[in-house]
Amino acid sequence: MSFLALLFYIFSAILLASALGVIAARHPVHSALSLVLAFFTMAALWILLGAEFLGLALIIIYVGAVMVFFLFVIMMLDTRHPEKIKANWRVTLPPLVLIGIIMFAELAMLIMHGSHAREAMPVPEAGNTLALGQAMFDRYIYSLEVVAILLLSAMVAAIALTHRKNPLAKRQDPSKQMAVKAEDRLRLVKMTAEREEDNESDVSSGNVSLGNKPDGKGISS
Amino acid sequence: MIDAMAHFFAEWGTLGMLVWTLLKIICIALPLPIIVAFYVYAERRVIGATQWRYGPTRVGPYGLLQSFADLLKMLFKEIIWPQRANKGLFTIAPVLVVITAMASWAVIPVSDKLWLTDIDASLLYIMMLSSVGVYGIILAGWSANSRYAFLGAMRSTAQLISYELAMGFALVGVVLLTHSLNLLEIVHHQEGGILSWHVWPLLPLFFVYWFAGIAETNRHPFDMAEGESELVAGFHVEHGGITFALFFLAEYINMIIISVLIVILFLGGWMAPFPFLNEIGFLGITPLGDGFLWLVVKVVFFLFAYLWIRATFPRYRYDQIMRLGWKVFIPLTLFWVVIVAVATQWSRMFG
Repeated sequence: MSFLALLFYIFSAILLASALGVIAARHPVHSALSLVLAFFTMAALWILLGAEFLGLALIIIYVGAVMVFFLFVIMMLDTRHPEKIKANWRVTLPPLVLIGIIMFAELAMLIMHGSHAREAMPVPEAGNTLALGQAMFDRYIYSLEVVAILLLSAMVAAIALTHRKNPLAKRQDPSKQMAVKAEDRLRLVKMTAEREEDNESDVSSGNVSLGNKPDGKGISS
Repeated sequence: MIDAMAHFFAEWGTLGMLVWTLLKIICIALPLPIIVAFYVYAERRVIGATQWRYGPTRVGPYGLLQSFADLLKMLFKEIIWPQRANKGLFTIAPVLVVITAMASWAVIPVSDKLWLTDIDASLLYIMMLSSVGVYGIILAGWSANSRYAFLGAMRSTAQLISYELAMGFALVGVVLLTHSLNLLEIVHHQEGGILSWHVWPLLPLFFVYWFAGIAETNRHPFDMAEGESELVAGFHVEHGGITFALFFLAEYINMIIISVLIVILFLGGWMAPFPFLNEIGFLGITPLGDGFLWLVVKVVFFLFAYLWIRATFPRYRYDQIMRLGWKVFIPLTLFWVVIVAVATQWSRMFG
């Protein structure tokens, strides 16, 4: 067995174990982390196949961005009582089995009739990224544009959904804050120095005293 | 000498290659913590000098051994796991951060002949590692079972993801110019003196990459992850002893990596600003010949800039950081990437 084959079996074993962990783990954070590990080993397998761009992109996009947001949401949820989340098996089992059968059938069909699919994937000698770029922006440019527009519309919709104006929300306007000058907040007054004795007569006569407003109503009002 | 050693080990076959690679890894991994130790010392002295005080002077001559004393102290401290913390993840988080910081060095070329591996998509590899580094922070914050740590983790993760986008777009500009994701080819594309460095055609991207890099490493003025005045210490508030030391180590290694990457991507890597300087020789020895010293000089400037900025600027407010990332840096980089793309296509079509 060659070194590459050994690596392949090691990564595949980790991939299967972590994929099992996704559905078997009790804690949602643990199953999300298993999914991260599954992505990682999947990327390693792709890199073994010579598709280093796809493998690295898988990690950057799915591990680096998508799964981080997954973890964000899961960690914000109250997951201290996992038994509460447990679903009712009698309701959820039939559709799950149906989906499982359909997916299994699709995979089996792919594997059994997959010989020509394998031929259609020549591994480029060098410059994997270059070959992929040429295929995407030359041959499949229209499909790429369609996908890009689809993603853009999804992004706009998501922003529109979350960014509705809430009349109760208070916002800071940083440009206004930054435009503030010292003169708006603070006034320096030039005046001659005063001595304690000069004010004494005023204080004793009761015209000015601490806490009292000029109209003489005092603190109690 | 390096060529001779490589040749010597190549004669042994697979085992020789393994030993040779291990040797190279040790040559990279061993000096790094020592560089970090002296960098931490330099940081305290520089900030001390800026603030008109001494900084550490007691341990060793001029206080040079201060970082090693601190390290020893942290090594012998007990690791305390908080109550109901997720013990495994709590321990693995700092290790994860250090692994991602160290692994980037595998593809970074430090001179014409010195690098560990030369893979085609090395730029992507580095982006991949920096995006994976987020996990150490988010897991450290969550597993500690502490509100402060969790808030710090949430903040810094959101910050890191936002600034990664700006950094990515800045890298797109570099890739458009060089037509390559390979760091070696990117440096060789800047051959021929200071005027052919990427910093001139990509000036806005250079500044965006630099400042986003400061934000990526959670340094002042973007150190929202820590924010002592608000969050005590951010995501690693519950980590103590060696687990904290690992976070500390990873942060400084990342700072060095960002500085090296700025130099490689925009400032010509190990290239001399004026090529004839490399020819200067004395008794047959050309001290600047292989360019490693140029790289060191340039990197040291950016490392110093980190300390300079930290000593000078107050911390940003969180919403200001997000605004800067999303509303200033990303539109700016998008705009400049379009300009660079049009310019390269123009020069290809019309001369």
